[in-house]
Amino acid sequence: MYQYNDFDTAFLAERNAQFRAQVERRIDGSLTEDEFKPLRLMNGLYLQLHAYMLRVAIPYGTLNSAQMQQLALLAEKWDKGYGHFTTRQNIQYNWPKLRDVPDMLDALGEVGLHAIQTSGNTIRNVTSDHFAGAAADEVADPRPYAELLRQWSTDHPEFQFLGRKFKIAVTGAEADRAVIRAHDIGLQLVEQDGALGFRVLVGGGLGRTPMIGKVIRDFLPEADLLPYCEAIVSVYNLLGRRDNKYKARIKITVHEHGIERISELVEDEFIARRALFTGVDREILAEIKTMFASPDFSAAPLASDTPVLEPGLRSWIDTNTVSHRDPNHAIVSISLKAHGETPGDATAEQMRVMADLAATYAYDELRISHEQNVILPHVPRAHLSKIYNTLKVHGLATANIGLISDIIACPGMDYCALATARSIPIAQEIATRFDELKLEHEIGALKIKISGCINACGHHHVGHIGILGLDRAGVENYQITLGGDGSETATVGERAGPGFSADALLPALERLIYAYLEHREGKDETFLAAYRRLGPAPFKAALYPAEEKANAA
Amino acid sequence: MSRAFTPKILTANHLLEGDVIYLSATGDWSRRIKDAVLLTDETDAQHRLSRANQQVDEIVGAYLVDAKAGETGPEPTHFREEFRRTGPSNYAHGKQADLAGA
Repeated sequence: MYQYNDFDTAFLAERNAQFRAQVERRIDGSLTEDEFKPLRLMNGLYLQLHAYMLRVAIPYGTLNSAQMQQLALLAEKWDKGYGHFTTRQNIQYNWPKLRDVPDMLDALGEVGLHAIQTSGNTIRNVTSDHFAGAAADEVADPRPYAELLRQWSTDHPEFQFLGRKFKIAVTGAEADRAVIRAHDIGLQLVEQDGALGFRVLVGGGLGRTPMIGKVIRDFLPEADLLPYCEAIVSVYNLLGRRDNKYKARIKITVHEHGIERISELVEDEFIARRALFTGVDREILAEIKTMFASPDFSAAPLASDTPVLEPGLRSWIDTNTVSHRDPNHAIVSISLKAHGETPGDATAEQMRVMADLAATYAYDELRISHEQNVILPHVPRAHLSKIYNTLKVHGLATANIGLISDIIACPGMDYCALATARSIPIAQEIATRFDELKLEHEIGALKIKISGCINACGHHHVGHIGILGLDRAGVENYQITLGGDGSETATVGERAGPGFSADALLPALERLIYAYLEHREGKDETFLAAYRRLGPAPFKAALYPAEEKANAA
Repeated sequence: MSRAFTPKILTANHLLEGDVIYLSATGDWSRRIKDAVLLTDETDAQHRLSRANQQVDEIVGAYLVDAKAGETGPEPTHFREEFRRTGPSNYAHGKQADLAGA
């Protein structure tokens, strides 16, 4: 893991001291809200429906146990005892008081965490594959590059006033677990003739105008990462529209000018930029890489060959663990989606339990996934049973990763000032209902993603089933999209038809799922595969049965 | 022809606490919607909004929003304001807890 050096520590302390002074000046009236707002947003502080909200970055989703313990401390000391993990590997505190925020930031600084650039028109927290460094299918660990990008983008003087926010995701595997195709820049580590480089995508994004990123470079030598990214952001900074907020993201710039034109401009700019890089970035990367050296897996106890008989543990291992690159280890996903609970929420106690498990059994590492779960990336298989038993006591052993109740949901109108409808109660109802039906393991792999407004923080466009909450004439209304996919075969889902009231939504989803079970060619054909084979017709018929009858009449 | 003015209340968030507040008849800010003054005159409402926007060291983001007269005082007409006066639906936090029994 990255360890702050003296420069990092001093930089963060100075930045926090500046913000403390800004808060004081806001409170004594020397700064108006219009003056203060951009300053607080630069430091991750929002004002939401019921309270302030502090969004803390978890760089590329990686944490050690001391950092997770500190997140628990913040939840307990300055919030209401919990935190909410987000779809961009951040954590949000929903109830801080303005006066307390500088103390919260100082406490985060003690463990090398911050809230810088978690908001505003800047380069945001760089996200990554939550299985990075552990996955069996990876070309190389993407996190050193993510950290390099974090350092480069933090307080980058040229990019503090972009036309709009800018999001970068990096992965090291072909299987895309970081939704890189829905990012302003998506980076995939690839190997070509023995050399390491990046496939670079640009112009992806969800929100009002969902777009899948386009390849701008098939192979960029890894040494050119920073000058190339700088060229992209710089071209966007000058060319991107500032006349209309809804057309200001790079996906629109790419769409309006075409990928060929953008590519020409970026390549020209890249040549000029590369000449300005003196090699310091290479030195820094080399140092960063030493901090991400793989743990020594050879010392781990060997797993026994005895089959697991306890059904709860068996089911949890089957559903919540995947292969690690070392066969004696597993990657464990801890579900923050207990049926009926708020997706992505963890109490301070749960955070401490997870931190302790990481420290005791799992090389002191944790990850936050964009799917709002917590990962123990390196777990000796011999410890799985002990870990499961501890998680179970704390409501953290739900065996539902990748299933219908493992729902992404944004905070929606329960918290967010931008939301047009609620998301959380919808997720709670769906999870509770399919748990009652005891159907979720039968249904198999299925991603439901819910957003409470068109900005799509809940990634509904790339949900196999997407749900978008809207305000229709003063009533909450939910639109369904089908066939979306956020992986390496990324697809924007298609709108199924008219929206549903909150009461009608759950019965409609039940009809949809039963239609899938009826039409699939067997348990191996997932919902998404069935949708791709059959097209929308049978699914729409299930969602809108009355309409079908009317057409037939 | 301009649209008829519908009754409104003036609401904002408290600068320090961040919670929802309402302008009362006395000109103070209250945490309870029942204390809010129901504004039926457009000029008066706009005037109070401008004055609120001057109170930079106390409140944030003042705005006028539709409301109707209820038995105990003004009540919201849109679900967003219903949530603002209550709190989130997933936990008993916010006003539903803070003002309980009061």
